Amino acid sequence: MKTQSPDSIIARTEPGTLRGLACVLRSAVAVLAKDLRCEFRVKQAISAILLFAVTSCIAVSFTLSAYGGNSPVSATLLWIVVYFSAMSGLSRSFVREEDMRTAALLRLSTSPGSVYLGKLAFNWLLVTALQIVAVPLLIVFLGMNVSGWAEFAGVMLAGGLALSAGATTAAAMVSKAATKGAVFAVICFPLLAPALAASIHGSSLAMDPRAIMSAAGDIRILASYCGTLITASLMLFRFIWED
Amino acid sequence: MPTALRVGLGLWMSAVILGTFLYVPPAQGFAYPEAARIVILPGAETGTSDGFAYPEAARIVIFHVPCSIAALAAYIVSAIYAAGYLRGGRAISDEKSAISAGLGLLFTVLATATGMIFAKIQWGRPWSWDPRQTSILMLMMLYAAYFMLRTAIPSRTARARISAAYSILAALVMPFLLIVLPRIMTSIHPKDTLTGGGGLSPEYWAALMAAAIGYIWLYVWLFRIQVRVAEFVLAARRVRIE
Repeated sequence: MKTQSPDSIIARTEPGTLRGLACVLRSAVAVLAKDLRCEFRVKQAISAILLFAVTSCIAVSFTLSAYGGNSPVSATLLWIVVYFSAMSGLSRSFVREEDMRTAALLRLSTSPGSVYLGKLAFNWLLVTALQIVAVPLLIVFLGMNVSGWAEFAGVMLAGGLALSAGATTAAAMVSKAATKGAVFAVICFPLLAPALAASIHGSSLAMDPRAIMSAAGDIRILASYCGTLITASLMLFRFIWED
Repeated sequence: MPTALRVGLGLWMSAVILGTFLYVPPAQGFAYPEAARIVILPGAETGTSDGFAYPEAARIVIFHVPCSIAALAAYIVSAIYAAGYLRGGRAISDEKSAISAGLGLLFTVLATATGMIFAKIQWGRPWSWDPRQTSILMLMMLYAAYFMLRTAIPSRTARARISAAYSILAALVMPFLLIVLPRIMTSIHPKDTLTGGGGLSPEYWAALMAAAIGYIWLYVWLFRIQVRVAEFVLAARRVRIE
Protein backbone atom coordinates (compact mmCIF):
# COMPACT_ATOMS: atom_id res chain seq x y z
CA MET A 1 0.00 0.00 0.00
CA LYS A 2 1.60 3.24 -1.10
CA THR A 3 1.25 5.96 1.50
CA GLN A 4 2.45 9.46 0.85
CA SER A 5 1.56 12.74 2.46
CA PRO A 6 -1.40 14.14 0.51
CA ASP A 7 -0.84 17.29 -1.49
CA SER A 8 -3.05 19.24 0.91
CA ILE A 9 -0.59 18.68 3.73
CA ILE A 10 2.34 19.74 1.56
CA ALA A 11 0.39 22.81 0.53
CA ARG A 12 -0.42 23.61 4.13
CA THR A 13 3.19 23.42 5.21
CA GLU A 14 3.99 26.15 2.65
CA PRO A 15 7.77 26.01 2.56
CA GLY A 16 9.35 29.40 2.83
CA THR A 17 6.67 31.18 4.81
CA LEU A 18 6.41 31.86 8.52
CA ARG A 19 2.92 30.35 8.67
CA GLY A 20 4.23 27.19 7.03
CA LEU A 21 7.03 27.00 9.58
CA ALA A 22 4.56 27.44 12.43
CA CYS A 23 2.44 24.66 10.95
CA VAL A 24 5.41 22.30 10.72
CA LEU A 25 6.47 23.08 14.29
CA ARG A 26 2.95 22.61 15.61
CA SER A 27 2.74 19.20 13.91
CA ALA A 28 6.14 18.29 15.31
CA VAL A 29 4.96 19.17 18.82
CA ALA A 30 1.87 17.02 18.21
CA VAL A 31 4.06 14.06 17.17
CA LEU A 32 6.20 14.61 20.26
CA ALA A 33 3.13 14.73 22.50
CA LYS A 34 1.80 11.51 20.97
CA ASP A 35 5.12 9.73 21.51
CA LEU A 36 5.37 10.95 25.10
CA ARG A 37 1.81 9.85 25.84
CA CYS A 38 2.44 6.40 24.36
CA GLU A 39 5.70 6.15 26.22
CA PHE A 40 4.18 6.99 29.60
CA ARG A 41 1.54 4.35 29.06
CA VAL A 42 3.96 1.46 28.53
CA LYS A 43 7.32 2.91 29.63
CA GLN A 44 8.99 0.48 27.26
CA ALA A 45 11.85 2.52 25.80
CA ILE A 46 12.64 4.57 28.87
CA SER A 47 12.88 1.57 31.19
CA ALA A 48 15.06 -0.35 28.73
CA ILE A 49 17.40 2.61 28.36
CA LEU A 50 17.61 3.43 32.06
CA LEU A 51 18.12 -0.16 33.15
CA PHE A 52 20.84 -0.60 30.53
CA ALA A 53 22.49 2.59 31.76
CA VAL A 54 22.40 1.53 35.41
CA THR A 55 23.75 -1.91 34.59
CA SER A 56 26.61 -0.62 32.49
CA CYS A 57 27.47 2.10 35.04
CA ILE A 58 27.80 -0.53 37.72
CA ALA A 59 29.69 -2.88 35.41
CA VAL A 60 32.31 -0.29 34.49
CA SER A 61 32.65 1.10 37.99
CA PHE A 62 33.13 -2.36 39.45
CA THR A 63 36.76 -2.66 38.46
CA LEU A 64 37.71 0.74 37.12
CA SER A 65 36.92 2.99 40.08
CA ALA A 66 40.64 3.55 40.60
CA TYR A 67 40.80 5.28 37.22
CA GLY A 68 37.91 7.63 37.90
CA GLY A 69 38.32 11.16 39.09
CA ASN A 70 39.36 13.71 36.52
CA SER A 71 41.03 11.38 34.06
CA PRO A 72 39.81 11.03 30.47
CA VAL A 73 38.82 7.47 31.37
CA SER A 74 35.71 8.66 33.21
CA ALA A 75 34.65 10.85 30.28
CA THR A 76 35.08 7.90 27.93
CA LEU A 77 33.18 5.54 30.21
CA LEU A 78 30.36 8.05 30.62
CA TRP A 79 29.93 8.38 26.89
CA ILE A 80 30.24 4.63 26.31
CA VAL A 81 27.41 4.10 28.79
CA VAL A 82 25.29 6.87 27.21
CA TYR A 83 26.01 5.74 23.66
CA PHE A 84 25.21 2.06 24.11
CA SER A 85 22.13 2.73 26.20
CA ALA A 86 20.96 5.01 23.39
CA MET A 87 21.67 2.28 20.85
CA SER A 88 19.51 -0.12 22.82
CA GLY A 89 16.55 2.24 23.07
CA LEU A 90 16.42 5.02 20.48
CA SER A 91 15.33 2.93 17.51
CA ARG A 92 12.15 2.04 19.35
CA SER A 93 10.22 5.13 18.28
CA PHE A 94 10.20 4.12 14.61
CA VAL A 95 10.23 0.35 15.08
CA ARG A 96 7.13 0.64 17.27
CA GLU A 97 5.34 2.53 14.52
CA GLU A 98 6.04 -0.26 12.07
CA ASP A 99 5.19 -3.04 14.56
CA MET A 100 1.96 -1.45 15.76
CA ARG A 101 0.94 -0.70 12.14
CA THR A 102 0.47 2.99 12.91
CA ALA A 103 3.18 4.11 10.49
CA ALA A 104 0.81 4.44 7.53
CA LEU A 105 -1.53 6.67 9.52
CA LEU A 106 1.38 8.85 10.62
CA ARG A 107 2.50 9.18 7.02
CA LEU A 108 -0.95 10.31 5.97
CA SER A 109 -1.56 12.74 8.79
CA THR A 110 1.51 14.96 8.77
CA SER A 111 4.48 16.05 6.69
CA PRO A 112 7.79 14.17 6.91
CA GLY A 113 9.65 17.16 8.33
CA SER A 114 7.29 17.35 11.30
CA VAL A 115 7.64 13.62 11.94
CA TYR A 116 11.41 13.94 11.96
CA LEU A 117 11.44 16.96 14.27
CA GLY A 118 8.93 15.37 16.66
CA LYS A 119 10.87 12.10 16.86
CA LEU A 120 14.15 14.02 17.21
CA ALA A 121 12.76 15.95 20.18
CA PHE A 122 11.48 12.74 21.74
CA ASN A 123 14.83 11.01 21.35
CA TRP A 124 16.67 14.05 22.72
CA LEU A 125 14.46 13.98 25.82
CA LEU A 126 15.24 10.26 26.24
CA VAL A 127 18.97 10.87 25.94
CA THR A 128 18.83 13.79 28.38
CA ALA A 129 16.91 11.65 30.90
CA LEU A 130 19.54 8.97 30.42
CA GLN A 131 22.34 11.45 31.08
CA ILE A 132 20.57 12.78 34.19
CA VAL A 133 20.58 9.23 35.55
CA ALA A 134 24.06 8.19 34.37
CA VAL A 135 26.07 11.21 35.55
CA PRO A 136 25.18 10.98 39.28
CA LEU A 137 25.62 7.21 39.18
CA LEU A 138 29.12 7.55 37.77
CA ILE A 139 29.95 10.33 40.22
CA VAL A 140 29.04 8.00 43.05
CA PHE A 141 30.34 4.68 41.75
CA LEU A 142 33.28 5.67 39.58
CA GLY A 143 34.30 8.69 41.58
CA MET A 144 33.92 10.94 38.57
CA ASN A 145 34.71 14.53 39.46
CA VAL A 146 33.35 17.46 37.47
CA SER A 147 34.95 20.87 37.95
CA GLY A 148 33.30 23.01 35.25
CA TRP A 149 29.58 22.27 35.48
CA ALA A 150 28.42 24.88 32.96
CA GLU A 151 30.73 23.60 30.24
CA PHE A 152 29.96 20.02 31.18
CA ALA A 153 26.21 20.62 30.86
CA GLY A 154 26.80 22.32 27.51
CA VAL A 155 28.77 19.36 26.18
CA MET A 156 26.13 16.94 27.49
CA LEU A 157 23.28 18.80 25.82
CA ALA A 158 25.08 19.34 22.52
CA GLY A 159 26.39 15.78 22.46
CA GLY A 160 22.96 14.44 23.31
CA LEU A 161 21.41 16.41 20.45
CA ALA A 162 24.05 15.12 18.01
CA LEU A 163 23.47 11.58 19.23
CA SER A 164 19.68 11.87 18.83
CA ALA A 165 19.95 13.50 15.39
CA GLY A 166 22.05 10.66 13.99
CA ALA A 167 20.08 7.97 15.80
CA THR A 168 16.69 9.29 14.63
CA THR A 169 17.73 9.28 10.97
CA ALA A 170 19.32 5.85 11.31
CA ALA A 171 16.24 4.50 13.11
CA ALA A 172 14.01 5.66 10.27
CA MET A 173 16.31 3.96 7.75
CA VAL A 174 16.39 0.76 9.75
CA SER A 175 12.65 0.56 10.45
CA LYS A 176 12.15 -1.23 7.13
CA ALA A 177 15.12 -3.56 7.52
CA ALA A 178 15.07 -7.18 8.53
CA THR A 179 17.43 -7.46 11.50
CA LYS A 180 16.77 -4.09 13.08
CA GLY A 181 18.89 -4.09 16.22
CA ALA A 182 22.20 -5.11 14.72
CA VAL A 183 21.90 -2.93 11.63
CA PHE A 184 20.93 0.09 13.75
CA ALA A 185 24.02 -0.08 15.95
CA VAL A 186 26.34 -0.74 13.00
CA ILE A 187 24.96 2.19 11.01
CA CYS A 188 24.94 4.62 13.90
CA PHE A 189 28.53 4.20 14.97
CA PRO A 190 30.49 5.59 12.00
CA LEU A 191 27.82 8.24 11.43
CA LEU A 192 28.18 9.44 15.02
CA ALA A 193 31.92 8.90 15.43
CA PRO A 194 32.91 12.60 15.09
CA ALA A 195 30.19 13.63 17.56
CA LEU A 196 31.28 10.94 20.00
CA ALA A 197 34.92 12.00 19.77
CA ALA A 198 34.05 15.66 20.27
CA SER A 199 31.75 14.84 23.22
CA ILE A 200 34.35 12.68 24.97
CA HIS A 201 37.05 15.27 24.44
CA GLY A 202 34.79 18.12 25.58
CA SER A 203 33.60 16.28 28.68
CA SER A 204 37.14 15.42 29.73
CA LEU A 205 38.15 19.07 29.28
CA ALA A 206 35.16 20.24 31.29
CA MET A 207 35.90 17.80 34.08
CA ASP A 208 39.59 18.60 34.38
CA PRO A 209 40.30 21.61 36.62
CA ARG A 210 43.77 22.02 35.13
CA ALA A 211 42.68 21.99 31.50
CA ILE A 212 44.23 24.69 29.33
CA MET A 213 41.69 24.55 26.57
CA SER A 214 38.03 25.19 27.18
CA ALA A 215 35.34 22.82 26.01
CA ALA A 216 33.81 25.60 23.90
CA GLY A 217 35.71 24.37 20.85
CA ASP A 218 34.15 20.94 21.12
CA ILE A 219 30.71 22.44 21.73
CA ARG A 220 31.18 24.40 18.51
CA ILE A 221 32.15 21.24 16.65
CA LEU A 222 29.08 19.47 18.03
CA ALA A 223 26.85 22.39 17.07
CA SER A 224 28.13 22.39 13.49
CA TYR A 225 27.75 18.62 13.33
CA CYS A 226 24.15 18.89 14.58
CA GLY A 227 23.44 21.63 12.06
CA THR A 228 24.76 19.57 9.17
CA LEU A 229 23.04 16.37 10.19
CA ILE A 230 19.66 17.89 11.07
CA THR A 231 19.53 19.96 7.88
CA ALA A 232 20.53 17.00 5.70
CA SER A 233 18.08 14.72 7.52
CA LEU A 234 15.22 17.20 7.08
CA MET A 235 15.91 17.33 3.37
CA LEU A 236 16.34 13.56 2.98
CA PHE A 237 13.65 12.43 5.40
CA ARG A 238 10.96 12.65 2.78
CA PHE A 239 12.69 9.84 0.85
CA ILE A 240 13.45 7.71 3.87
CA TRP A 241 10.00 7.95 5.40
CA GLU A 242 7.55 7.63 2.56
CA ASP A 243 6.70 4.43 0.74
CA MET B 1 37.08 1.27 -22.22
CA PRO B 2 38.77 1.43 -25.60
CA THR B 3 41.91 -0.65 -25.98
CA ALA B 4 44.09 2.40 -26.48
CA LEU B 5 43.07 3.82 -23.09
CA ARG B 6 43.50 0.45 -21.37
CA VAL B 7 46.99 0.02 -22.78
CA GLY B 8 47.68 3.64 -21.86
CA LEU B 9 46.65 2.93 -18.24
CA GLY B 10 49.00 -0.03 -18.12
CA LEU B 11 51.88 2.02 -19.50
CA TRP B 12 51.10 4.94 -17.15
CA MET B 13 51.09 2.80 -14.02
CA SER B 14 54.26 1.00 -15.15
CA ALA B 15 55.90 4.39 -15.56
CA VAL B 16 54.74 5.40 -12.07
CA ILE B 17 56.13 2.22 -10.53
CA LEU B 18 59.45 2.53 -12.35
CA GLY B 19 59.66 6.21 -11.50
CA THR B 20 59.05 5.48 -7.82
CA PHE B 21 62.24 3.49 -7.64
CA LEU B 22 64.42 5.10 -10.27
CA TYR B 23 63.37 8.73 -10.47
CA VAL B 24 62.37 9.61 -6.92
CA PRO B 25 65.29 10.05 -4.51
CA PRO B 26 65.07 8.62 -0.98
CA ALA B 27 63.02 10.88 1.27
CA GLN B 28 65.09 13.36 3.25
CA GLY B 29 62.83 14.28 6.10
CA PHE B 30 59.80 16.05 7.45
CA ALA B 31 59.34 19.77 7.14
CA TYR B 32 58.74 20.07 10.87
CA PRO B 33 60.90 17.50 12.69
CA GLU B 34 59.29 18.32 16.03
CA ALA B 35 55.95 17.21 14.66
CA ALA B 36 57.42 13.82 13.91
CA ARG B 37 58.16 13.26 17.57
CA ILE B 38 55.88 10.56 18.91
CA VAL B 39 53.90 11.51 22.00
CA ILE B 40 51.42 8.89 23.12
CA LEU B 41 50.76 10.01 26.66
CA PRO B 42 52.08 13.25 28.12
CA GLY B 43 55.45 12.50 29.60
CA ALA B 44 55.95 9.16 27.85
CA GLU B 45 57.68 9.92 24.59
CA THR B 46 58.57 6.75 22.79
CA GLY B 47 61.18 8.20 20.52
CA THR B 48 61.89 10.86 17.99
CA SER B 49 62.02 10.46 14.29
CA ASP B 50 63.75 13.44 12.82
CA GLY B 51 63.15 12.27 9.33
CA PHE B 52 62.04 9.03 7.80
CA ALA B 53 63.29 5.90 9.56
CA TYR B 54 63.92 4.13 6.28
CA PRO B 55 64.04 6.79 3.57
CA GLU B 56 63.90 4.17 0.84
CA ALA B 57 60.73 2.63 2.27
CA ALA B 58 58.95 5.98 2.47
CA ARG B 59 58.20 5.53 -1.22
CA ILE B 60 55.05 3.66 -0.22
CA VAL B 61 53.57 7.10 0.41
CA ILE B 62 53.40 7.50 -3.36
CA PHE B 63 50.83 4.69 -3.44
CA HIS B 64 49.21 5.33 -0.05
CA VAL B 65 48.02 8.90 -0.56
CA PRO B 66 46.64 8.45 -4.11
CA CYS B 67 44.57 5.48 -2.87
CA SER B 68 42.80 7.72 -0.42
CA ILE B 69 42.37 10.43 -3.06
CA ALA B 70 40.73 7.87 -5.37
CA ALA B 71 38.55 6.63 -2.50
CA LEU B 72 37.33 10.14 -1.77
CA ALA B 73 36.55 10.75 -5.42
CA ALA B 74 34.62 7.46 -5.56
CA TYR B 75 32.56 8.34 -2.49
CA ILE B 76 31.66 11.76 -3.86
CA VAL B 77 30.63 10.19 -7.19
CA SER B 78 28.49 7.73 -5.22
CA ALA B 79 26.71 10.58 -3.45
CA ILE B 80 26.14 12.40 -6.74
CA TYR B 81 24.53 9.33 -8.33
CA ALA B 82 22.50 8.84 -5.15
CA ALA B 83 21.13 12.37 -5.48
CA GLY B 84 20.43 11.61 -9.14
CA TYR B 85 18.45 8.54 -8.12
CA LEU B 86 16.38 10.49 -5.60
CA ARG B 87 15.51 13.04 -8.28
CA GLY B 88 14.94 10.74 -11.24
CA GLY B 89 14.12 7.31 -9.84
CA ARG B 90 16.07 5.39 -12.49
CA ALA B 91 17.36 2.08 -11.13
CA ILE B 92 20.68 2.39 -12.96
CA SER B 93 21.56 5.47 -10.90
CA ASP B 94 21.15 3.46 -7.73
CA GLU B 95 23.34 0.68 -9.17
CA LYS B 96 26.00 3.23 -10.13
CA SER B 97 25.92 4.69 -6.62
CA ALA B 98 26.44 1.26 -5.07
CA ILE B 99 29.22 0.35 -7.53
CA SER B 100 31.06 3.58 -6.83
CA ALA B 101 30.74 3.07 -3.07
CA GLY B 102 32.14 -0.45 -3.47
CA LEU B 103 35.16 0.79 -5.41
CA GLY B 104 35.65 3.53 -2.83
CA LEU B 105 35.65 0.88 -0.12
CA LEU B 106 38.26 -1.10 -2.06
CA PHE B 107 40.55 1.92 -2.31
CA THR B 108 39.99 2.75 1.37
CA VAL B 109 41.06 -0.76 2.38
CA LEU B 110 44.16 -0.41 0.21
CA ALA B 111 44.95 2.98 1.73
CA THR B 112 44.58 1.60 5.24
CA ALA B 113 46.76 -1.41 4.46
CA THR B 114 49.56 0.64 2.90
CA GLY B 115 49.30 3.12 5.78
CA MET B 116 49.70 0.28 8.27
CA ILE B 117 52.79 -1.00 6.44
CA PHE B 118 54.26 2.52 6.51
CA ALA B 119 53.42 2.94 10.20
CA LYS B 120 55.09 -0.36 11.07
CA ILE B 121 58.28 0.68 9.27
CA GLN B 122 58.28 4.28 10.46
CA TRP B 123 56.98 4.07 14.02
CA GLY B 124 57.33 0.38 14.87
CA ARG B 125 53.62 -0.31 15.30
CA PRO B 126 51.09 -0.93 12.54
CA TRP B 127 48.18 0.64 14.45
CA SER B 128 48.41 3.33 17.07
CA TRP B 129 45.01 5.09 16.97
CA ASP B 130 46.57 8.11 15.39
CA PRO B 131 43.66 10.44 14.45
CA ARG B 132 44.21 9.99 10.71
CA GLN B 133 44.25 6.23 11.12
CA THR B 134 41.12 6.46 13.27
CA SER B 135 39.29 8.55 10.69
CA ILE B 136 40.18 6.24 7.79
CA LEU B 137 38.92 3.31 9.86
CA MET B 138 35.67 5.18 10.56
CA LEU B 139 35.34 5.91 6.84
CA MET B 140 35.75 2.21 6.10
CA MET B 141 33.08 1.35 8.68
CA LEU B 142 30.79 4.04 7.27
CA TYR B 143 30.69 2.44 3.86
CA ALA B 144 30.76 -1.11 5.17
CA ALA B 145 27.57 -0.12 7.02
CA TYR B 146 26.22 1.15 3.68
CA PHE B 147 26.49 -2.34 2.24
CA MET B 148 25.08 -3.91 5.38
CA LEU B 149 22.08 -1.60 5.03
CA ARG B 150 21.65 -2.64 1.41
CA THR B 151 21.57 -6.33 2.27
CA ALA B 152 19.16 -5.81 5.17
CA ILE B 153 16.27 -4.25 3.24
CA PRO B 154 14.27 -6.74 1.19
CA SER B 155 12.18 -4.39 -0.97
CA ARG B 156 14.12 -3.17 -4.01
CA THR B 157 12.69 0.36 -4.24
CA ALA B 158 12.97 0.93 -0.48
CA ARG B 159 16.55 -0.35 -0.58
CA ALA B 160 17.46 2.03 -3.38
CA ARG B 161 15.85 5.05 -1.71
CA ILE B 162 17.23 4.44 1.75
CA SER B 163 20.76 3.60 0.63
CA ALA B 164 20.72 6.71 -1.59
CA ALA B 165 19.83 8.81 1.46
CA TYR B 166 22.56 7.08 3.47
CA SER B 167 25.14 7.67 0.75
CA ILE B 168 24.39 11.40 0.75
CA LEU B 169 24.55 11.56 4.55
CA ALA B 170 27.83 9.63 4.57
CA ALA B 171 29.35 12.05 2.05
CA LEU B 172 28.28 14.94 4.30
CA VAL B 173 29.79 13.34 7.41
CA MET B 174 33.07 12.65 5.55
CA PRO B 175 34.52 16.17 6.06
CA PHE B 176 33.87 15.82 9.78
CA LEU B 177 35.71 12.51 9.83
CA LEU B 178 38.63 13.62 7.71
CA ILE B 179 39.19 17.24 8.75
CA VAL B 180 37.55 17.80 12.13
CA LEU B 181 38.39 14.52 13.86
CA PRO B 182 42.17 14.83 13.45
CA ARG B 183 42.03 18.34 14.87
CA ILE B 184 40.24 17.21 17.99
CA MET B 185 43.01 14.97 19.16
CA THR B 186 46.76 15.39 19.22
CA SER B 187 48.32 13.88 16.20
CA ILE B 188 51.42 11.82 15.49
CA HIS B 189 50.67 11.83 11.79
CA PRO B 190 53.19 14.09 10.01
CA LYS B 191 51.65 17.49 10.44
CA ASP B 192 50.79 19.10 7.13
CA THR B 193 53.62 17.37 5.36
CA LEU B 194 51.60 17.34 2.18
CA THR B 195 49.66 20.57 2.43
CA GLY B 196 52.58 22.48 3.90
CA GLY B 197 54.48 21.55 0.79
CA GLY B 198 57.75 21.55 2.60
CA GLY B 199 58.51 17.97 3.46
CA LEU B 200 58.57 16.30 0.09
CA SER B 201 60.86 16.90 -2.81
CA PRO B 202 59.36 17.89 -6.18
CA GLU B 203 60.07 14.43 -7.59
CA TYR B 204 57.90 12.96 -4.86
CA TRP B 205 55.13 15.38 -5.76
CA ALA B 206 55.34 14.45 -9.43
CA ALA B 207 55.22 10.73 -8.70
CA LEU B 208 52.36 11.20 -6.24
CA MET B 209 50.23 13.20 -8.65
CA ALA B 210 50.97 10.75 -11.45
CA ALA B 211 49.91 7.85 -9.22
CA ALA B 212 46.73 9.72 -8.27
CA ILE B 213 45.85 10.19 -11.94
CA GLY B 214 46.61 6.51 -12.53
CA TYR B 215 44.40 5.37 -9.67
CA ILE B 216 41.47 7.54 -10.78
CA TRP B 217 41.92 6.20 -14.32
CA LEU B 218 41.82 2.66 -12.87
CA TYR B 219 38.70 3.54 -10.88
CA VAL B 220 36.95 4.82 -14.02
CA TRP B 221 37.81 1.60 -15.86
CA LEU B 222 36.54 -0.68 -13.07
CA PHE B 223 33.44 1.51 -12.72
CA ARG B 224 32.56 1.22 -16.40
CA ILE B 225 33.00 -2.56 -16.37
CA GLN B 226 30.70 -2.97 -13.39
CA VAL B 227 28.12 -0.53 -14.76
CA ARG B 228 27.94 -2.57 -17.97
CA VAL B 229 27.31 -5.72 -15.92
CA ALA B 230 24.61 -3.94 -13.90
CA GLU B 231 22.89 -2.65 -17.03
CA PHE B 232 22.85 -6.18 -18.43
CA VAL B 233 21.36 -7.58 -15.20
CA LEU B 234 18.67 -4.88 -15.15
CA ALA B 235 17.79 -5.49 -18.78
CA ALA B 236 17.59 -9.25 -18.18
CA ARG B 237 15.32 -8.67 -15.21
CA ARG B 238 13.01 -6.48 -17.28
CA VAL B 239 12.82 -9.13 -20.01
CA ARG B 240 12.01 -11.82 -17.44
CA ILE B 241 9.16 -9.78 -15.95
CA GLU B 242 7.62 -9.00 -19.33
